Amino acid sequence: MKKVQKVTLTINKREVRAKEGMTILEAARDAGIHIPTLCYHEKLATYGACRLCTVEISRNGRTQLVTACVYPADDGLVVKTDSPRLTKIRKMLLELMLASSPAKTIQGLAQQYGVAKPRFEAKKTNCILCGLCVRYCNEIKQANAIGFVGRGTERRVVFFPEIASTVCASCRECFSLCPTGKLPSETDGVCFDDLTLEDFLSTKQAKV
Amino acid sequence: MAQFKSPADLARTRQRIISRRARKRFIAINASGTCGLAYGSDQVFQAFVAEIERQGLTEQVGVRATGCLGFCENSPIAIIFPEEISYFRVKPSDVPEIVSKTLAGKKLVNRLLYKDGNGKKIVREGEIPFYKHQSRIVFGNNRLIDPKSIDDYIALGGYSALSKALFEMSPEEVVETVKRANLRGRGGGGFPTGKKWETTRNAPGEIKFVIVNADEGDPGAYMDRSLLEGNPHSVLEGLIIGAYAIGSHEGYVYVRQEYPLAVENLFIALNQAREYGLLGKNIIGSGFNFDVAIHRGAGAFVSGESSALMTAIEGRVGEPRPKYIRTAVSGIRERPSNLNNVETWATVPLIISKGADWFTSIGTAESKGTKIFSLVGKVNNTGLVEVPMGMTLREIIYDIGGGIRQGKKFKAVQTGGPSGGCLPESLIDIPVDFDELTKVGSMMGSGGMIVMDEDDCMVDVARYFLTFLAEESCGKCIPCREGIRQMLHILIRICDGQGQTGDIELLEELSEVIQDASLCALGTTAPNPVLSTIRNFRDEYEEHVKERRCPSGVCKALISYYIQPERCQACLLCLRECPVGAITGGKNLVHVIDQDKCTKCGTCLEVCPPRFAAVLILSGEPVPAAPPQGTKVERTKGTQQ
Amino acid sequence: MAQKLSKIDRIIAKYQADKSALIQMLLEIQRENRWLPPKALERLSQRLGIPTNQIYHIATFYKAFSLIPQGRHAVSVCLGTACHVRGAPRLLDRVTDALCIGPGETSTDMKFTLSTVNCLGCCALGPVMVVDGEYHGNPSGKEIKRVIAMCD
Ligand SMILES: Cc1cc2nc3c(=O)[nH]c(=O)nc-3n(C[C@H](O)[C@H](O)[C@H](O)COP(=O)(O)O)c2cc1C
Ligand code: SF4
Ligand code: FES
Ligand code: FES
Repeated sequence: MKKVQKVTLTINKREVRAKEGMTILEAARDAGIHIPTLCYHEKLATYGACRLCTVEISRNGRTQLVTACVYPADDGLVVKTDSPRLTKIRKMLLELMLASSPAKTIQGLAQQYGVAKPRFEAKKTNCILCGLCVRYCNEIKQANAIGFVGRGTERRVVFFPEIASTVCASCRECFSLCPTGKLPSETDGVCFDDLTLEDFLSTKQAKV
Repeated sequence: MAQFKSPADLARTRQRIISRRARKRFIAINASGTCGLAYGSDQVFQAFVAEIERQGLTEQVGVRATGCLGFCENSPIAIIFPEEISYFRVKPSDVPEIVSKTLAGKKLVNRLLYKDGNGKKIVREGEIPFYKHQSRIVFGNNRLIDPKSIDDYIALGGYSALSKALFEMSPEEVVETVKRANLRGRGGGGFPTGKKWETTRNAPGEIKFVIVNADEGDPGAYMDRSLLEGNPHSVLEGLIIGAYAIGSHEGYVYVRQEYPLAVENLFIALNQAREYGLLGKNIIGSGFNFDVAIHRGAGAFVSGESSALMTAIEGRVGEPRPKYIRTAVSGIRERPSNLNNVETWATVPLIISKGADWFTSIGTAESKGTKIFSLVGKVNNTGLVEVPMGMTLREIIYDIGGGIRQGKKFKAVQTGGPSGGCLPESLIDIPVDFDELTKVGSMMGSGGMIVMDEDDCMVDVARYFLTFLAEESCGKCIPCREGIRQMLHILIRICDGQGQTGDIELLEELSEVIQDASLCALGTTAPNPVLSTIRNFRDEYEEHVKERRCPSGVCKALISYYIQPERCQACLLCLRECPVGAITGGKNLVHVIDQDKCTKCGTCLEVCPPRFAAVLILSGEPVPAAPPQGTKVERTKGTQQ
Repeated sequence: MAQKLSKIDRIIAKYQADKSALIQMLLEIQRENRWLPPKALERLSQRLGIPTNQIYHIATFYKAFSLIPQGRHAVSVCLGTACHVRGAPRLLDRVTDALCIGPGETSTDMKFTLSTVNCLGCCALGPVMVVDGEYHGNPSGKEIKRVIAMCD
C-alpha cells in the first residue's frame, strides 16, 4: 500500500499535522479546533453552500477567504478560523438564514455570532437549501427520492412521489440530518405540500 | 472536395478563388445576421439577387449575405465593394434603382447615403464618423464574408495562420507568441490567455479539451453572437491553433440555443472545414488531429462561468463547482480544459499571422489589442464598435456614438453587465481598459456599454440588475441566493417609496459579505451594480429614501402624471388613448388626469404632441388641484387644432 | 402515445444514448412539443439510466425548458439592459394587458405564451417585442393589438 504523506499546516498559530488530501476542516477537527458548519457531512461529497466554514488563509503575504470544507490542507498553509472579518461574514450569513428559518439550530448559532434583531424580511420556507437530505438520498442511499428544482431565489427541494411513496416510509434517514427541522423526525401528521413539483410549478406561475 | 494535404494546397486554393473573382465587384447586405434580419435585410438581399440577374449583371457583380455590420440600427445596409459605397435603410423597392444607377452605371442614390449631423452626405463607409474612429481588426472582416462560405474566408487569407502555426512553429512557440502578445481574455476577467494555455499544456494527462465560450449571458451585449454568426471560421481557426498549442484533440463550442443562426452558421463552418481537411485527422497534412462538437446551452447566465459550463457539457446541471482547483488543470471530466471567449479565440489567428509585436503596438500598457463593445442605450449611433484599448469613454460615446439622443443630458454609462457598474460624467475621460475600469469599480466584462441619460434612474438600474441576478444565480450558496434576495427586496422597497433610514448602509453591509463569501464570481461581483450606483449617485438613493422622490421620473410609485392646464389644447389624443380611461375633458375642455385611476403607464405623455408638451411627470411634490370642471382651454398663439 | 415514444427514442438514438447529451436531447424534445411532457422525461430516465430527480433539476434550471404546455404563439419581450432603459417595462405592461396573461403564463385557450428574454442583439430597435420570430421595434399600443389580432 502507498504510504499516506503527512503535511504540516498552521491553524490559529498552532502547528497541525494532517494527511495529504484532507481538507482544512478535517485537519482542524482532527486537531480539536472548531469551525462552524451547516452543509458539511463527512460521508458526502464536498458541497460548499452555507459558507459558514469560511476561514482566512495566507500565503506569500496574501490573505484569502476560502471555505474550510473544500480547501485542501496544503503543506505550509497558515489558517485563521476566527477574526473580526470572519465574524462579520458568519453573522450576516446567519442573519440571512434566519430570514428563511427560525429554527433553534440557526437561532443558537446566530446568537453566538451576535445577531441581535434580524433586519430582513422573512420568507419562512424553513429550508436553507443546505442540500443534506438531497445529497444523502442520492449519494448514500442512491434512492433519488428527493431533489432540487429551479434556480436562483426560486430554488427548492421537492420529493418525487413515485419514488418517495415506496422508499421513504421505511428509511427516513435524511430527516435527522435536517438542520432546521423542516423534515421532522416523525412524518406522521406532517404535510409536505410545499415539497412537491406541482407546488413549485404553480407558485412559479402565480409569482408572475 | 479535395482535402488540403499541405500548406501549398491551401495557398493554391486561395489563389484559385481569388483569380476566379478577380474582376467581380460585389455588394454586401447584412442578411446573415440576426440584427439585419430583424430589419428585413433578407428581402433586400433577395431583391438584389433577382434584380442583378434581371439586369444581366451576374457576371460583373456578386451578392453576398454578410453577418452583422455593426451599425445595426441603420439596417438593412448594403455596401458596394471595392468602392465601399454604403447605403442605409434600404428597402426592396430601392433595389432596382441601386442596381441600375450604381451597379450598372456610376451614379449614386443620394437619399440612401448616410447623412451626418449637419446633413452632409457621406458616400464611403470608412468616412462615416461611426466607423471612422474604430479599428475593426477582429470584427471588420464580417463585411467581406458570407459566413456560409469558407471560400470567402480563405480568400482573405483565412487558415494561413493555422498553416503557419502547424508547419513553421512548435506548440511551445505558439504559446510563447500568445504570451508575448499579452492577449487577455475577452470574456470578462481579462486573464492572460497565454498563461492559461501554458497551464493546460503543462497539466498532466493525455486527454485535454479546448472550449469556446459562446454563452454570452450579459443581457446587454451581442458581439460574440455577431462574430460567430458573421465570421465563424475566424473563431474556429483560433480554436484549432489553440488546440495545437495546448496539445488537445477534442474541442467544444458552448453556444446558447437562443442564437439559432449562430449555431447554424457554425455547423456549416465545421462541416466545410472538415471537407477541406482543416478539421479532423491529419489537418493540412501536418499529422495533427482535432475535432469539435457543438453543445447548445439551454439558457442560464451562470452556465457561462467556467466550471459551470464544463459541468453542463458533461450533461449535468450547469452549476459552478466549489473546488479550488482551476479548470485549466481539472475541467471537463476532470481533464485539463482550456476555456476562452469567442472574441479571444477570434483574435488568435491575427496574432499568429501578424506577430506579437504588431498586437502589442495596439492598446495600453497592460491591455493590448482592441475590444468590441455593444454601444447601446441613449446614444445616437448604436451598434457594435471595435476600438483600441485605451480609447476614452468620451471618445466612444461622443465621437463614435454621436452623443446623447434627443439632446438630453448624459448621466451614466454602464459597463460590464451584471458584474459591472455605472460610471458618472466625472469618470467619462478614463481610458477604457481592463484595469482602469476595475479601478473605478466597474468591469470590462464582455463589452456591454449602455449609455443612460437624465431620464434614467440609477436606483431603478440597480434594481434591474439585481432582479436579473436573483433569477440567474444558481441558488446554491447562501450569500448569493439569500443576499441577493434581500438586496433586491430593499431596492424594490426604495423604488416603491418605502425606503427606510439605514437602507443604503444595509445594502453596503450586505454587499461586502456577498463579495467575500460567495462561491463563484456571479456572487462575488453581484453587488457591483448596487455599490457603483451608491458610490456615484448616492444623492439619488437619498432622494428616494428621504424625500420619496424619483428625480428622473422613473419609479412609478413616486411619480404622478399631470396635464398642465395652460398648455393643454384639448386635442383629445390622450383622452382616447388612456387605457384605463383616467382622463376627463372634452372638445375645447382642459383634460384632467384622475390620479386615483391613473396606472402611470405613460401613454398620455407619449401621445401628447410635442408642440403642446402639456403632460409633465411630477415627483416629490403634490399634484396641483385640477381646474374646475368645464374649464375651457387657452389657445396658445400659432397652435391650431 | 406509442408514436410519441418512438419519436423520443429517435432523439435518444441520434445522440447514441449518450448521458452527457441529456441537455441536447431535452432541447430537441422541447422544440418538438413546445414543452417537456412527463412521459418523455420518464422515458429518458429509463433509457439513459439518469435518475428522474436529476432530469427535473435540469428541466427546471434552464430557461429554454417548460414543464407546462406552451401556447401556439410565442410572444416575448426583450428585457435586456438597452431595452430596459428604452422603456421595456412599459412595453411588457402593455403586452401583458393586451394578452391578459403575465410573463411566463399561457392563455387558457393555449393560444399565447408570454415570455421575457435578455438581449436579442437588436438593441437599436429597442424596446423589442417578438411574435413567432417576427421582430417589432418599439411598437405602439395600436401595433401590439394589430400584431396580436393577426395570430390565429
Ligand atoms: C456568472 C458568469 C457568467 C459568465 N458568462 C460568460 C459568458 O457568457 N461568456 C464568456 O465568454 N465568459 C463568461 N464568463 C467568464 C468565464 O467564466 C471565463 O472566465 C471566460 O469564458 C474565459 O475566457 P477568456 O479568458 O477568453 O475571457 C462568465 C463568468 C461568470 C462568473
Ligand atoms: S455565488 Fe451564486 S451562482 Fe455562484 S454558486 Fe453561489 S449561488 Fe450559485
Ligand atoms: S460547511 Fe463549508 S460551506 Fe457549508
Ligand atoms: S437589450 Fe433588447 S435587444 Fe438588446
